[in-house]
Amino acid sequence: MAHLDVKNISQSFGEQEVLEEINFSIDQGEFVSILGPSGSGKSTLFRIIGGIETPTSGDIVLNNESIKNQPGSVSYTPQSPSLFPWRSVLDNVLLGQEIQGKRDRDTALQMIDRAGLSDYADAYPYELSGGMKQRVSFIRSVLSPQPLILLDEPFSALDEFTRTDMQQWLLSMWEEHKRSIVFVTHNIEEALFLSDRIIILSNSPANIQREMSVSFERPRNEDLLLSHDFLEFKKEIYKEMRASHLPS
Amino acid sequence: MLNLIRQGWRPLAVLILLFIIWELSVVVFDVPKWFLPAPSDIFTVGINEWTEYNQHVFATIELIIIGFIVGSLSGILVATLLHLIPVLRQSMYPLIILSQNIPIIVLAPLLVGWFGFGMLPKLIVITLVCFFPIAISLLGGLQQTDRDLRHYMLMAGATKRQMFWKLEWPSALPSLFSGLKISATYSVMGAVISEWLGANKGLGVYMTLASSSFRADRVFVAIFIIVFISLLFFMLIVWLEKRVIRWQASEKRNTNGSS
Repeated sequence: MAHLDVKNISQSFGEQEVLEEINFSIDQGEFVSILGPSGSGKSTLFRIIGGIETPTSGDIVLNNESIKNQPGSVSYTPQSPSLFPWRSVLDNVLLGQEIQGKRDRDTALQMIDRAGLSDYADAYPYELSGGMKQRVSFIRSVLSPQPLILLDEPFSALDEFTRTDMQQWLLSMWEEHKRSIVFVTHNIEEALFLSDRIIILSNSPANIQREMSVSFERPRNEDLLLSHDFLEFKKEIYKEMRASHLPS
Repeated sequence: MLNLIRQGWRPLAVLILLFIIWELSVVVFDVPKWFLPAPSDIFTVGINEWTEYNQHVFATIELIIIGFIVGSLSGILVATLLHLIPVLRQSMYPLIILSQNIPIIVLAPLLVGWFGFGMLPKLIVITLVCFFPIAISLLGGLQQTDRDLRHYMLMAGATKRQMFWKLEWPSALPSLFSGLKISATYSVMGAVISEWLGANKGLGVYMTLASSSFRADRVFVAIFIIVFISLLFFMLIVWLEKRVIRWQASEKRNTNGSS
């Protein structure tokens, strides 16, 4: 039985259809990337899964229960780190738990330590670098009690090397905690490097153009990025996406 | 403290220069005391008559503190209510702006007529003066929360109450303090104006008496004391702001230090 089930989701705003019959499911502990060009309705899909937007039709099911219009059912790492400037790093990572009910300070401190931020537990966000902020933001999601984590292009604002470091860090965190992750990105390489499966969205209205399994061995490291198989795979996806992305 | 001296010496030097020019002009042009007293005369009167007028100073300070507290609390209350209840905001906001177009100096005698010479009409005057800057800036702060943070809170399933206490209120604190700073100085003016109308104690009374008996030196003593109280009050709020808003105060300090 699938963990998260996205069933026939369609969404339109007036005349404009944004999502058309989106169907996919995610298994327990799986890492799935949703790959699509900018403006392909990825954010809309996230808002629907997150329960803060109502789809025109369709349903979202998590662990056999509908979570349509139920905010707070999944954990969320936004595109910008969205740390609260008046909260210390420790209080920021505890926010997700706080909203859901109880704070577990000790686990939070352990995770901050594991992320190499133990010196910064009492620091305010403005004292952190971009990569550190993103790590704090992700720890906040992992600490939140929900079983599924949504990541919305979390590394898009980082430079190449920081991004690669962050991706590896994310993988190690995921392998350790085995939470299901839905990762949205427009970066083919990133999707390939991280996921078990890639779902390619077509352009407006978005529907699922193709689903692919990524079977590179885990744990993965940086060398994979330049291997022959990896680049071949990237080429294939690139062609697939290019075909549907007609020059405007 | 060192920072204060480094940044504060320029205006202080200008002020001292002005006093020197003033003093010299009075001596050179032989200006009569009742017309314009020299700074040194004002200073002497201020020191010598302290025991006579200090009761007025304390009465005014008391009035300022009570008035400021009542005024800020009502400003905070009004802003919060208007923020939480959109219907109220749409119907009341224009009226609040309008309320500031009524000249206080005209309204004050009416208030005395309605409520007598006690504390109440004076508090109403100070509250009217104080609450506006606080209500407007706090409301602005509450309405302009960061969109990304709001989005996160929604996705995390925050209730309206959590949204207010964990996001809107803390993010509006800097705006609240800019309102408080304006109101702190306004409340001093408000207190003096309210005392002009009718009171038996206070700097407003002292000023009216001094001015009607052509004691320009005493008027200036009162003016300097009022300026000093305003400044002190303003600094108190700035100090409080630095204590409360540590995440920004230190940020500012950092950028100042590096430039």
